[in-house]
Amino acid sequence: MFRFLFYPFNFLIDSLEGVGRYVELMASMFRSLFSWHKYLSLIVDQMFHIGVLSIPIVILTSLFSGMVTSVQAAYQFESGFVPNWFVGSIVGESILMELAPMMTGLVMTGRIGATIAAEIGTMRVSEQIDALESLSFDPVSFLILPRVLAAAIMFPMLIVIADCFGIIGGLFAAVNAMDVSHLEFIRGLRNWFRPWDAWFGLIKGLFFGVAITSIACYQGFYTTGGATGVGRSTTATVVISCVAIVFLDYILAAILL
Amino acid sequence: MIEVKNLFKSYGDKGVLSDINFSVVQGQSVAIVGKSGAGKSVLLKCLIGLVKPDEGTVYVDNKLINTMSFRQLQEIRSNIGMVFQFGALFDSMTVGENISLALHKLTKLSDDEIQERVFNSLEEVDMAGTENIMPSELSGGMKKRVGIARAIAIKPTYLFYDEPTTGLDPIMTDGINRLITKFQSTGEVTSVIITHEMRTVYDVADRVLLLHDGKIRFDGSPDEIKNVDDMVVQQFITGNSTLVKKGD
Repeated sequence: MFRFLFYPFNFLIDSLEGVGRYVELMASMFRSLFSWHKYLSLIVDQMFHIGVLSIPIVILTSLFSGMVTSVQAAYQFESGFVPNWFVGSIVGESILMELAPMMTGLVMTGRIGATIAAEIGTMRVSEQIDALESLSFDPVSFLILPRVLAAAIMFPMLIVIADCFGIIGGLFAAVNAMDVSHLEFIRGLRNWFRPWDAWFGLIKGLFFGVAITSIACYQGFYTTGGATGVGRSTTATVVISCVAIVFLDYILAAILL
Repeated sequence: MIEVKNLFKSYGDKGVLSDINFSVVQGQSVAIVGKSGAGKSVLLKCLIGLVKPDEGTVYVDNKLINTMSFRQLQEIRSNIGMVFQFGALFDSMTVGENISLALHKLTKLSDDEIQERVFNSLEEVDMAGTENIMPSELSGGMKKRVGIARAIAIKPTYLFYDEPTTGLDPIMTDGINRLITKFQSTGEVTSVIITHEMRTVYDVADRVLLLHDGKIRFDGSPDEIKNVDDMVVQQFITGNSTLVKKGD
C-alpha cells in the first residue's frame, strides 16, 4: 500500500548505481587509452562520422543563431543611446562564449548521442558485443574509446566552424536588416574580443563532446530488453546529455571565468 | 576439458542456475537441452566467461576462468569458437570482414593467408562467394552459416553453439546438423550445443544434459534419454504439453 513511499528511495539507489557503473566504464576506457594506436582506423572513421558529417547541421544552426542574436541585439539598442557597433560586440561574445558551444552541443546530442546509443544498444541486444568479447576483443576499447576520442578531437573543431558561421550570420543580419555597416559590426567585434573567450568556447566544446559520447556509449552498452530497450536508451541519452550540457556550462563558467 | 562445479547464477530474485555440475571431455559433443528460459544460454555464457557465476567454478583446460582477468580470458577464448543464436554478425562489416576480424587479432597470418582462411571457412559452410555481402542481405539460415564460418576460422579446439538450428526450415536444419557433425568428426573439436530441437540432439550429440528449473535433470546418451522414466524428460523429448502440469 505504501510502496510509493519507497519510489524516491529506489530512484536514488538506481541513480547512484548508474553513476557507479558509468564511472567504472569510463575508468575502463581511460585504462585502454594507452592502446589508442591499435584503434587508429576506428578513431579516424568515427572522426568522419562525428565531425565531418555534422558540419552541415552545425553551419545551419550557428548561422541562424548569429542572425537571431544580431536582430535581438539591434532591437535592444533601438533607443539610440547605444552605438550601432555594439551589435558586433554582443554577437561576437555571445557566439564565442555561449551560443556556438551550447547550440552545437544540443544539436550533436540529437545527431550523435542518439545515433551512438541506438547503435551500441542494438549491438548489445543482438549479442554483437558478446560476439566481440568471445573473439577476444575488449568492447570498451573497440567501441567506446574510438567514439569518445573522436568526439574530443572533433567537437572543438566544430565549435570553430560554429564560431565562424555564427559571426557571419550575425554580420549578414546586421547589414541587411538593420542600419549597421559591416565596418561598424567588425569594429564592435574587435573591440570586445579577447582570445580567452574563444578558448573558453573550445574548452566547453571538448567537455560537451566527451560528455555526450560517453553518456551515449554508457546507455547503449547497458541496454537491456530488445527494441524497447534500445528506444529507452536513446531517449535517456538525449535527456541526460542535455542536462549534462547545461550543468557543465555553468560549472565551466564558474571555474574558468 | 571443461569442468563445471557447484555453479549458481541468479538475476535479482530469480534463480537461473542452481548447483550445476558436469564435465566435458576432449572430443565429446554435448547437447544441453531444456525449455525456453531454463538457463541454457546463461550456462553457455558462463563457460566462455561472458557471464560471471554467483558461486561455483568453471575450468577450461584445467584453468579456472571465473577469476581470470580480461587478458587471461582472451587467451582462453582464442581456442573457443562461439556460434550465436542469430549469428551476431557485425552489421557494419561485410561477411569477409566479420570472419577476418578475429584472424587479424588472434593470429599472425599474412593478409593473403587470412583471405585464404576466410575463403576456406565460407566454403566449409557452403557460403563461398559471399565475402563482400553485408549481413543485412543474408537470410536467417545464411547468417547462422556465416556465424559458424566465423567461429571455425580461428581453428578452435572448442566450439560452442547457441541454438544453431532454432527457427530454420527442416532442410536448413539438416544442413547445419551435418556441418556440426563434420567438424566433430575430425576428433580435434569439443562441442557444446545449446538447443531445444531433439532432432539436432539425435543427429549430432553423443551426450545430453537436460536442464529443468535451473538444475540438471538428466545426464546421459541420446539413446538413454528416449527410455528414461521421468515425465519431465519425456514431456520435453516428445513435446507433449499435457504430460506434466505446471508446478509438478
